[in-house]
Amino acid sequence: MPRGALSAAGVAAVLSIALTSCSSSSGPAPSTGGGASGKTLVVGVTSDPDTLFPWKATQFQAVNVLQNLYGTLTEFDKDLNVVPGLAESWQASDDGKKLTLKLRQGVTFADGSAFDSKDVKSSLDKIMDEKTAAVARASLSSVKSVEAPDAGTVVLELTGPDAALPANLATVNMAMLSSDDTEDKLNTTPNGTGPFKLKNRVASQSITLAKNDAYWGEKPKAPAVEFRVIPDESSIVSAMQSGNVQLAVFNDPLVAQTAQGGGTITVAKTPQLNYHVLQLNAQHGDLKDVNVRLAIQCAIDRKQVLDTAALGEGEVTGPITAPLFKSDPNKRPCPARDLAKAAEYLGKAGKSGGVTVKTIVSQGEYATSVNEAQNLKAQLAEAKINLDLEVLESGAFVDRWVAADFDAAVALNGGRPDPDGSYGRYFTSKGNLNKVAGYSSPELDKLFADGKATTEQAARKAIYDQVSAKLEENAPWIWLFSGYTYTATTAGVQGFVPMASGSLQFLRTTSVS
Amino acid sequence: MRRTRNRVISTVGTLFGVAVLVFVMLRAIPGSQITAGLGTEAAALTPAQRQALEQYYGLDQPLFTQFFSWLGNMVTGNLGYSARQQQSVLDLTLHSLPVTVELAVLSIVLALLIGVPLGMLAASRTNSPRDALGQLVSLAGLSVPAFLLATTLLSVFAASFGFNPNGQGFATLFEDPLLNLEQMLLPALVLGFGIAAPILRTTRTAVLEVRSNDFVRTARAKGVPERRLQVKHVLGNALVPIVTMTGLQFGYLLGGAVVVEQIFSVPGIGRQVLLGIQQKEYAVVQSTVLVIALAFVLVNLLTDVLYRIIDPRVRAS
Repeated sequence: MPRGALSAAGVAAVLSIALTSCSSSSGPAPSTGGGASGKTLVVGVTSDPDTLFPWKATQFQAVNVLQNLYGTLTEFDKDLNVVPGLAESWQASDDGKKLTLKLRQGVTFADGSAFDSKDVKSSLDKIMDEKTAAVARASLSSVKSVEAPDAGTVVLELTGPDAALPANLATVNMAMLSSDDTEDKLNTTPNGTGPFKLKNRVASQSITLAKNDAYWGEKPKAPAVEFRVIPDESSIVSAMQSGNVQLAVFNDPLVAQTAQGGGTITVAKTPQLNYHVLQLNAQHGDLKDVNVRLAIQCAIDRKQVLDTAALGEGEVTGPITAPLFKSDPNKRPCPARDLAKAAEYLGKAGKSGGVTVKTIVSQGEYATSVNEAQNLKAQLAEAKINLDLEVLESGAFVDRWVAADFDAAVALNGGRPDPDGSYGRYFTSKGNLNKVAGYSSPELDKLFADGKATTEQAARKAIYDQVSAKLEENAPWIWLFSGYTYTATTAGVQGFVPMASGSLQFLRTTSVS
Repeated sequence: MRRTRNRVISTVGTLFGVAVLVFVMLRAIPGSQITAGLGTEAAALTPAQRQALEQYYGLDQPLFTQFFSWLGNMVTGNLGYSARQQQSVLDLTLHSLPVTVELAVLSIVLALLIGVPLGMLAASRTNSPRDALGQLVSLAGLSVPAFLLATTLLSVFAASFGFNPNGQGFATLFEDPLLNLEQMLLPALVLGFGIAAPILRTTRTAVLEVRSNDFVRTARAKGVPERRLQVKHVLGNALVPIVTMTGLQFGYLLGGAVVVEQIFSVPGIGRQVLLGIQQKEYAVVQSTVLVIALAFVLVNLLTDVLYRIIDPRVRAS
């Protein structure tokens, strides 16, 4: 009898039992909060910020962290209205060629130095300088120069009226930096005017922010917020079930359902500005003909795409998703699927025999891409439109997309609170993403210019309704649906307000007991 | 002497081959560090902005220059710099390598604790229920993918017992040994289970073979107690193939660690490589892969040395 073997197996069993039982005695994660009251709020995230330099941050995770560290001249409230930030007020001159901003007094950076107009001028000048490669540069295209007549005032000289500018100033890519700071320094030591300061960072593991006691606005409720990197969304769910993580934002409806299933986690759905879209390249082959594009438009049942690819979690949408300017998806050439009409359009284009469209799809960038593409392919096949799918790893997809090397692309695009910010760069002939959008027209150029020049909200809404109509009639892209994000919280978390932009700016009002 | 020289030459050759291969493969992956960082936003870059970024990342240099300057630096101990993590790759590796080595050692220990006893048990009576149990365990170990076992264990432990040490910040062995062992337990179990299977099979075969030898029969005839016979004579002689198999598995372990470290968020070297690939951080991936290759070579060397200790016949030849 191999008794030696048996005793070895026994040792293994004892060892694992011993290890497991240690854990149950060690209890829940100790709070590392520095303040006398409240606990550290732990937020589960799937990746580390790729940069701590706000002007280059485009990754969702980085934007979420930096937004809590840095201040901007204007901000969005929970409904995405533009509200004062570091600028207490702003006033456009009558001809619209000058925007005067009054700065908030007594604001300091995390290092204790004072914030004034000199920092605003230096920040805006550097963002406009191509050499800094700041991503928000295009949003300042109407700005000719920046003056700082006194410490509390900044004057922007504009080429013409720009009603979208206040909203454009509210993104973290427009963060106000101290004129003494450099990119190298800020990459390791953020120095902003936001509600939190950087406390500690462990590369690819966690990043901890501490409450900024000198913050000009309402002080954060939690003494500290820790973003803990747990790469897998399902692993975040288990971390929440065991109480180690208290808040997380999920994109995958399936993961959200699993999280809710346990009963200890509350999940709130928020409609998003992001939209799912089939981008057509109107500069390519058969798609140059508007009738072919309209045939595609009419051959798709958007609700079916939403139901099959995203478990029905979302809303069919038109071009503009921003709450204040929302397009009506029923005002499009084919609000419901109409195969007869699709055939008619194909006939008009002289393509009754059918067309083939080479379509790129990214894998891994977001959960529903491949399913959407397959459903679109199946639907369009019934209208003799053959989607030739090319599923690419996300890096390869981005390369092809950036080079506009596709007939069609299945994409998830980020929407913005202001329609000019969302589409001006795509659908105006001088927009810096026009090559990718593949479509522009003099009418659209004029409408976008009017939209910028008009400040009155109702008048702007009317203009962007026309933009929406033009886009749908010409079908450069086929807008499908916009989804939800899911904010999951454990019991004891209070005060968090999810936003349609996916922003975590309300971490400042969140507490955990 | 000559043996050592040959060994060194082949090691250097292997490492150089790995260096060239990983360099070429990385560049064959579409997408650059710039698009990896900026995503679709990269379409909005002006030529001047793009140039500024290429210069920053050193992508404006010819490939040949990039390769040899990296390799040259590598030899002098400079593994490069991670722009994303704002840290030298050497620092990153010094933090992550011990974590993975610890995970690997624990997995091997668990694998041996599962594989060897079960293998001996299976060999003790062939075609019996015990043998079937061994077959079942090894089949499961070979066929259940690590990611599935990992997520299943995680959700079962988290949902049923509230046990999920990996949802907390990671503790190293020196900071908090107890928490560290808790955090390593599930990942090591997943990895260890995977390699327990080949160890189990090897043990079973080796034991069966050794037992059929004359010296075992002689020893038994001479009245050596059964337990001593099994442990000293049978297991002792069966150890050579088991050690070989274990050494081989160690290499696969480093590969398997990528998946397991990702799921359990263990900050080891596997995750470092994965993050590097996702972010197209060439310096990180190239240098880390070389470090892993070096570790693999060293383990093989160690296995060779171990042979000599446990098997006098190898020493003699």
